[in-house]
Amino acid sequence: MLKDITIGQFFPGNSVVHRLDSRVKIIITIAFIVMLFLPNSFYGLGIGMVFVLGAFLLSRIPFKMMLKSLKPLIPILLFTGILNLFFISTGDVLFEWKLIKITTGGATTAAFMIIRIIGLIIGSSLLTYTTSPIALTDAIERLLSPLKKIKLPVHELAMMMTIALRFIPTLIEETDKIMSAQKARGADLETGSLIQRAKALVPILIPLFVSSFRRAEDLALAMECRCYHGGEGRTRLKQLKTAPRDYIALFVTAGFIALTVLADKML
Amino acid sequence: MNSFLKAENLKFSYINNIEEPPVRTEVLKGVSLDIKKGEFVALLGHNGSGKSTLAKCFNAINIADEGKVYSCGFDASLEENLLPIRQRVGMVFQNPDNQIVATIVEEDVAFALENMGVEPSEIRRRVDEALKTVGMYEYKDHAPHKLSGGQKQRVAIAGILAMKPQVVLLDEPTAMLDPSGRAEVLKTIKMLKEEMGVTIVLITHYMEEAAQADRIVVIDSGNVVMDDVPKKVFAQVERMKELGLDVPQVTELVHHLRQQGVDLPCDIITEDECVKALYELLK
Repeated sequence: MLKDITIGQFFPGNSVVHRLDSRVKIIITIAFIVMLFLPNSFYGLGIGMVFVLGAFLLSRIPFKMMLKSLKPLIPILLFTGILNLFFISTGDVLFEWKLIKITTGGATTAAFMIIRIIGLIIGSSLLTYTTSPIALTDAIERLLSPLKKIKLPVHELAMMMTIALRFIPTLIEETDKIMSAQKARGADLETGSLIQRAKALVPILIPLFVSSFRRAEDLALAMECRCYHGGEGRTRLKQLKTAPRDYIALFVTAGFIALTVLADKML
Repeated sequence: MNSFLKAENLKFSYINNIEEPPVRTEVLKGVSLDIKKGEFVALLGHNGSGKSTLAKCFNAINIADEGKVYSCGFDASLEENLLPIRQRVGMVFQNPDNQIVATIVEEDVAFALENMGVEPSEIRRRVDEALKTVGMYEYKDHAPHKLSGGQKQRVAIAGILAMKPQVVLLDEPTAMLDPSGRAEVLKTIKMLKEEMGVTIVLITHYMEEAAQADRIVVIDSGNVVMDDVPKKVFAQVERMKELGLDVPQVTELVHHLRQQGVDLPCDIITEDECVKALYELLK
């Protein structure tokens, strides 16, 4: 059951979006987030959505996957929507009943927030769908490397991320095993109040922690045996290289940002 | 320079600092051992005998308290020899899950080379070569956690081979594998020795695996107690039992038959030999 979790899932492919340099993809994603939060009109927001949906089509990731990534966030979407709808009272009153009052201002803000969150999720999942975890951490390391000057341990952070990603499936498998083992000894994980169920998790978490520490020790040893001595003088199997298509992508993104701002001002 | 791994009166203790006062446990009590280029040595001993500790001394993970350790001619006690030794003496561990660093097979095999600062084009070449050697080339784009135990262990071996080591130390590489995974790994180990001339030190609890080595070294409570060819070591069935170790099943069978007065040679360690000897006897 735990195996269904899809954190940072990657779908190998050969589309234009897949082949873009991972650094460029991160920059574009950040630019896209700016694009979502810049405009105050639906026209500007619409242009941002056209941009991300266009990118999604280019990536040839099944449309189904986009819906799947949105599904767990429906409660959050509803919550933000309802909160904005009822608690913002600017503009004309559309509907009033006892304490509940819906105004045009509330309705537009609610719609804005929902579209923004949807855009945000599609954009960020597109990044992880089309970029392998290694390429992603590599890109983060490279993009943050100027911060080494202020003594930020950039290489160590990237290495930690890689290892965390590597061990997610291993630890999920382990959790499954421990849960089965505890159930076989009569542990009750499904019934009882919230507090009782939280308490029932203790006998699962403790063995998991103990074994994680053991794994960490083994891994550290294995890494040392393979000459790991920090980021200094390290080379990479896959070099990050920018191609003309990366510059075109950046150019197109800049164009879209300009369009968003323009649309917002003019219309 | 014929001796590849050399220990001279090696002593090593673990210190437990949690207890007050700190507890010192002497694990190796003066081990002297000399392993030659191209040898396939099986290191035996029951749990806690110090065999893993000894292997880690050859890899400069453990530094000797007393005595000397030379790996491929480098003095293991000197800090500046650390990286040269680890490039030449690769080590494979028991749990394949805990020694794979990256999320993609080929990235993991490249890990050591990346650490050594090898050129990317050269890394590519050596990674492909190492994966082909262990027969995992088709899986180079796979995620390691989706492979079987034997396959994971072969990836781990490839990660070591990419460094082009002269010695490979294997610390119970087959202990967590099923029989088919065990056979896969053992086949790979033998191929390394025969085709690539790599010196192998194999720590194992499976006597059938040890029987395939050129030489067996038995360690008991921090001392080398036996050091000979497999036939001579396993011929001493009683002595092995005293040390808490087994002998291959066929050797045990022959031992019992001999005790019953059946006339068989005492140095039978493989099934084939046993079959032949019994056939000769019954003909």
